[in-house]
This record gives sequence, structure tokens and C-alpha cells, in this order.
Amino acid sequence: MTVTDQQSTSNQASDQSDEVLLDCNNISLSFGAVKALTNISLNIKKGEIRSIIGPNGAGKTSLLNCINGVYHPQEGEITFKGETRKQMEPHDVAENGIARTFQNVALFRGMSTLDNIMTGRNLKMKSNFLMAALHVGPARREEMEHRAFVENIIRFLEIEAIRKEPVSRLPYGLQKRVELGRALAAEPDLLLLDEPMAGMNVEEKEDMCRFILDVNDEFGTTIALIEHDMGVVMDLSDRVVVLDYGKKLADGTPDEVQGNQDVIDAYLGVAH
Amino acid sequence: MTDAQASLAACDTVPKLLLRNATKFTDKTAYRVKDLGIWQAWSWAETADEVRNLALGFAALGMVRGDKVAIVGSNRPELYWAIDAIEAIGGIPIPLYADSVADEMRYVLEHAEVRFAICEDQEQIDKIMSIMTHLPKLETLIFEDQRGMRHYQETFLHSFEKVQETGRKENAAKPEFFENEVAKANGEDMAMVVYTSGTTGNPKGVMLTHNALIDAAKGLCDIEGYSEDEDFLAYLPMAWIGDHLFSTVAGHYAGFAVNCPESTDTVMTDLKDIGPTILFSPPAIFENFLTQIQIRMEDSGKFKRWIYDRYMKVADEIGVKELEGGSLSFAERISYTLGHYLVYGPLKDNLGFTRCKKVYTGGAPLGEEVFNFYRSIGLNLKQIYGQTESTAYCCIQLDGKVRRDTVGPPCPGVELAISDSGEILYKSPGTFIGYYKNDEATRETIDEDGWVHTGDAGIIDDSGELRVIDRAKDVGVMNDGTLFAPQYIENKLKFFPYIREAVAHGDKRDEVNAFINIDLEAVGNWAERQGLSYTNYTDLASNEAVYDLIKSCVEEVNKTLAEDSQLANAQINRFLLLHKELDADDGELTRTRKVRRRVIADRYGAMIDALYSDVDAVDVETEVTFEDGRKGSMKAHLNILAAERFATTAKAA
Repeated sequence: MTVTDQQSTSNQASDQSDEVLLDCNNISLSFGAVKALTNISLNIKKGEIRSIIGPNGAGKTSLLNCINGVYHPQEGEITFKGETRKQMEPHDVAENGIARTFQNVALFRGMSTLDNIMTGRNLKMKSNFLMAALHVGPARREEMEHRAFVENIIRFLEIEAIRKEPVSRLPYGLQKRVELGRALAAEPDLLLLDEPMAGMNVEEKEDMCRFILDVNDEFGTTIALIEHDMGVVMDLSDRVVVLDYGKKLADGTPDEVQGNQDVIDAYLGVAH
Repeated sequence: MTDAQASLAACDTVPKLLLRNATKFTDKTAYRVKDLGIWQAWSWAETADEVRNLALGFAALGMVRGDKVAIVGSNRPELYWAIDAIEAIGGIPIPLYADSVADEMRYVLEHAEVRFAICEDQEQIDKIMSIMTHLPKLETLIFEDQRGMRHYQETFLHSFEKVQETGRKENAAKPEFFENEVAKANGEDMAMVVYTSGTTGNPKGVMLTHNALIDAAKGLCDIEGYSEDEDFLAYLPMAWIGDHLFSTVAGHYAGFAVNCPESTDTVMTDLKDIGPTILFSPPAIFENFLTQIQIRMEDSGKFKRWIYDRYMKVADEIGVKELEGGSLSFAERISYTLGHYLVYGPLKDNLGFTRCKKVYTGGAPLGEEVFNFYRSIGLNLKQIYGQTESTAYCCIQLDGKVRRDTVGPPCPGVELAISDSGEILYKSPGTFIGYYKNDEATRETIDEDGWVHTGDAGIIDDSGELRVIDRAKDVGVMNDGTLFAPQYIENKLKFFPYIREAVAHGDKRDEVNAFINIDLEAVGNWAERQGLSYTNYTDLASNEAVYDLIKSCVEEVNKTLAEDSQLANAQINRFLLLHKELDADDGELTRTRKVRRRVIADRYGAMIDALYSDVDAVDVETEVTFEDGRKGSMKAHLNILAAERFATTAKAA
């Protein structure tokens, strides 16, 4: 399947964005006595860009980690694609169609851009170890299909020039882009981006914004985004949820959130 | 034989050459492009089919003989086919620089009364749509790459694929149409209009006939002996005549393959993949490659650097002699051969030059040092002298007879003369008809006797070879009578990897002063090794250590200038590092990266005055244009530094 095939099917769905893709219902997570998340409820609709913001330590990454199964919330439940779960392992989550990128780059440093993105296809590969090792018959054909898919992503992200370059040699902004490519290679229904623009210069940020919008538009991928740059968040998002000290402070369109007094207080501080 | 067949057999237009190649070289590769990481090829027969479908599709959209059609994009086979297809049905293709901002395009589109525009992708479509309200004549836009175009509902937009699909059906209905249309044209008809980037004023549309194009290509193929087995890498702007001459006309004439890179960023890799046998680049590219090599060598280990330095010295001493067929001593031979295996061979291989038989540079003079570097590692780098007005065809350096100071003898069919004022004049089979809708400029350029005035100052030496000094209007005289040729000095500065661009001032002055642009990559790399931190270009360029680094380069240049008694007084006295890179978007450079002196003198007048006063710093505010056309302003505090000047070391003649 090529990227273009896929986009035509999933895009029809993305235009009607009332269907709820992911629903978190009263999630609470604590580490010992530390309450990371308290009674968080939020949903993500199909085809939208949903931002999660909040001051440092507000629980944004913890929430993302609950969604993709790294943490298991003590209370509450998560419904994804209509299936409710109490506990799930990261690999199950990945197989179900959730992919993510990390706050700090987590690529295979010695491997090339191409190989790194190929690893994102891992879950889609069907042939067994022996056939793949011998590179025969169906295994060979399968690899060619996956390679074609990955090449489409490379073109989409405009990283043709670094296809064979080991990622450790790339500047930070490009490494982030490769990471996005690897997440896309899994053909996710929901893409979790943890601070995709941290540490980037203005130009790299603009590029990344464009790619996020393009991914959402062309592939119809639903995106959940953690980001500190308010300009970026307000420009990109359909809806924003604000966390503070593990609690939900506000939830709504960028305009609604910007005008919310609690949010202003949380960010600017308030006289006690 | 019918009239149409006789006309086709004459091969006097570019589309006729295509039809000839479809039967003569049927299955040989005509075009290649890397798509999804794999090189895709089209044979001449397939190319002719693609062009045929496209031409009929264009005709179905209402394109008729005489219509002006803009081509906007980077080198894609599809866009080259579009040129053939437009010419086949009598349209006039006008290639534009893909990196032009919308306002720049507006002038050409308006001036040329363009009816159709063939665009590579969404970016170009957006640019043109943003100015379409000002262009009542522009009716139809065609895009090649579908990406991002899904939401566009405008009825004047057509996809390349759909156009070809329509053409395919049309062709089934009237199979004679294409050949008949091609047969209607002959060599005297106008083939295309190429707008010159021009270092002054608005671009001018150079009208070229099929005869001019084909004669220039024929001359070139005759002297240089191209066969149908050559590989050419097409990565220069399609709007540059040099690209059109090689990628389309010479390619069609000799029947060789034209390879298009995957994207503009991948040229270095694609060069290695393809290993072209012919390459044509403006000087900026060679300077750029050299900077890359120098940066990488500085990053490498001590031992490697030692070998590199040692054998580059050997190359410098005997390499040029070897390439020109001079006799070498036995020891020299051994030394050079060793160097070939240790340094030059791998270096050429790394750049993708291993199979290159001929490498050309043209468009602007290449600095002597850069030229020598490539020649000395055994690359057959030669200069071509020509202009858009002569289809880039005027003089070429001959194999084995390359001299450093000339651009070679006139090509077959070309006559040269020097006017009383020292300007180079020529008559060439590639000469243009005139400037489109600008008779005044045409009269200024072509005189009654048919001589074309180039605007370049030059000398024809005793052996009949041409020596180009500089743009005539740039060459000046200093107050003490020293000849001031700015490009000569600037090229010497640009040889240093740390210096990307330089502008020398000195006409009617007592001394030469200069603006310098540092090379962000090379100096950034250097700064990293020194442990200097910086945030951006402006910050780095204002750093004192960087000033000292550049000062040492300037003093090196002064030393070489001091070796020539005539130029000793043209040594650089004071310089400053510009706070921004000179940019074509700001109009400071042409799209082929030539300095626009007048614009710079206007914009930076205060800084020039500061250079010639005794202040040692100047505050400036400059307007900058971003890539999307928005404007902003930049403030900076620039230091001015004086470089040491040397007493002349040349013996008084």
C-alpha cells in the first residue's frame, strides 16, 4: 500500500471529526505518594490536532505515557477505537495504531535515516526470521513494499539528501524529523508528539509545523501534541487541554483556553 | 516525400531533433530521474511519446502557435518535455528561476504576456496565484507534483497527468496532428525567450531562434566531440541559458542522456550515483565544492591532513603541467602518480567527477586559484565564454591548450573584435534576434554592422585568444591611475573557504576597501573548533576572532596583489564583515549569484562612506526580504578593521 492509497481512505474519515478516537475517563496516576495525574478526563476526536500544555511537571508526558501503555494508571480507563482497556503493554498499543516520538531524540544512532525509518515498519512485517535472513521469495517482495512505503515518507518529509547518512551525524532538527518519519512508518491512527520542537531554531520550528499540518492533512492522522511554544500550539491546534499539578485546568479551542483566567494564573503566577 | 516529411527531415528545430532521435536512438536513454530512491529512465522513443501526449493535451487546453508559456520549477524531465511540447505546437517557452519571489515573476509574466504557466509544485502555483489578479493574460496553470493540491478547486488549474491523459485520447483521434504541427516550423522561427538575470535594471527577454540554438549546440558538439553515450547532470536553473543549451539542445543534437537530481539538496549524492561525463556549472558551485572539501579536511585527522597538504602542493606544482601534456621528469611523474592514488583520485571520486571528460564553467569568471585547484587534481575544467544573447556560445578553451589568463579562442563561426573603448564585440551563429518588446535595448546591443556589444572589457591576445577583464562598467581607475577590476580582487578573496562573497570598492578612490560575507558553514565549523559560541550569522560575523581570521585572509590576498607592480596599489586597506548574507531575494545578487554593484552601492552607501572615513565602526539598518516575500528590518553595529598592506615585491619592469 502506498501513502497516497492510504490517504484517500483515511482522509474521508478525517473530515467528519465528531467521532471520538481516544477517550480517557477519570485517569489517576501516582508514584508512591506523588500524584502525577488526578482524575483527568479528555477525549481526542478523529482527525484533529489536540495539544496538551501546562507548566513543567504538570503531568503532560505522564499522560502521554498512560495513553501509549508505558504507565498504567491506578484509576480510570482508556477507550481507543471503541475498545476499553484497563492495562496494556506498549507493543500492544503500537499494534493497535498509536505511534509516538520522544522528548529527547530516541533513534538508533549508528543506523542510517532509511534504516531508522524502516524499523517503524517492523510491526507490519509478516515474513519469518529465516526467510527474511535469506532474502527470498515473499520476504524479498515484502521488503520491497516496505521500502517503497518508507521512500514515500522520505519524500514527504523532504529528507532525500540524508537517506544514507548515519543519524548521529545529523543536526538536531533533522533527527527530530527522522523520528517523525519513523512514527509515520507505523501508519498510526493516533500520533503522539512529545515536544517535537524543543531546542529547535526558528526555521526548524517552521519546517516542523508545516510537516505536522501536512501529516494531519494528507494522511488524516490524528495528532496529540505536547509543546511549550504557545505560538505553535495556538496556530496548529484544533483543541487544547491545559494541565497543572496533574489536574485538568481547562479544555477547549485555542481562543477559549487563552481567555481562561485559571490558565492565565497558572502561567503568569497569581498573588496569594 | 511529402512536404511535411521533407520539413521533418531537415532537423532544423528542436522538436524535429526529438523525432529524429526517437527513430535513430530509439531505446537509448534520454532522461533519468531519481524517484523514491530509484533511478527511472525514459528512452528517446518513450520521451517522444510523453512529449506527443503533452503537446496534444496543451493544444486541447487551447494553446496555439505564438502563445508564451512560462516554465517554473527545478530540473524535472517533465518540465523538459513541456519545453519540447510547447515548441512542437509553436508556443514559446519562457523558463523562470524557481527561487524567484512572486514580485520578480510578476514582471516577466506581465512583460511576456504569458497565457499558460507550467509549474513544478504547489509552492510555485501558490506564488503565481498570489499575483494572478495582476495578470489578466494568464489563463491556465498546470502543475506537475500533486502533493498538497487536493484542496484546490480553481478551474484554471490542471494536473500534468490529466493533460497527458487528454493528449493521449486526442492523439488516438488524430494521429497526424503532432508531426504536422512540428513540420510547420523551421529554423528561422523563434524558439524561446530567455530572460537575462541582468546585474542592472529589469530583466530583458532574449529571443532565440531554433537556428541559433541548434548552431550553438552543433558547434559545441563538433569541437568537444560529444557522442550519444554521454551523461549530463542537469541541476542548474532551467532559466539559465547554459542549462538549456546543454540539457535540451545539445542533448537532442548529440542524443545523450540528461539526468535530473532527486531534489535540489541531493545534487552531491546524485552526482556520485550518475558519474556524469559532462558537467557545466557557474563558478559559485565550484567555489562551494572547494569549501566543502576544505571544511572536511580540517575536520579530519592529522595524518590525513598531512597527506592532503603534501600532495596538494605536488598537484599545484606539476598537476596543471601534466594535464596540459607538458613533459614531466621521472621523479615528478612518480610523485604525481602517488598523489593520484592517495588524494586526487579519491577526491574526484568523492565529488562524482571520476567519469567526467569535460567540465565547464561559465557565466562569470572563475577565480584563478579555484580554477587551478581543480585542474591540478586532473579534472579537465574549462571555461566557456558566452552570453544569453549568444546562446552561451562564443569562446571555449580547447583540450590541452588551456591557459589561465584567457577563455580560449572563438568557437567555429564566431568572429571577435574589441571596440575602441575596449569592449568585447562578437558575431556568432548563436546570436539572438533581439530583446522582446524592447527595441531600444536591442539597438543599443546590436550595432548596424551586426556586432553584438557584450558590455565586457577584454583583450584579444597575439594567439587570438580572448582575455576577459571584467564587466566594462565595473572596471574603474583609482586616483593614482591603478586599474581597478573588482571581480579580480573579489575572486582572490573568495578562494578562502571562510569568505563566501566579497564586494570591493575602489573606483575613483585612493584605496581599495571591501565588504565581506563570511561563509557560515566554514566559519561556523572553525568557530566550533575554537570553542566560540554564536547564535546566528550576524552574531558570528561580528565576533572579534572572526574579524582576525578574515583579516589574515585579506592580508594573504594583499601579498599576492603586491607581487604585481600594477596591482600593488589595489591592495585592500579596510574591510567590514556584513551583518547579513547578500541575497538574491533582496536584489543584491542576481539569481545566478552575481553581485549587483549598483544596488549594493545604494543600499549600503552609508557603510561605504564609513569605510572611507576614519571611524572604526558603523551602525546600520537594512531592509530584508524573507523567502515568502515578507519584509523586515535588521539593525547592526559593524566594526571596521584595517589590514596590513605590503610593499610591492615585483621588480619594476
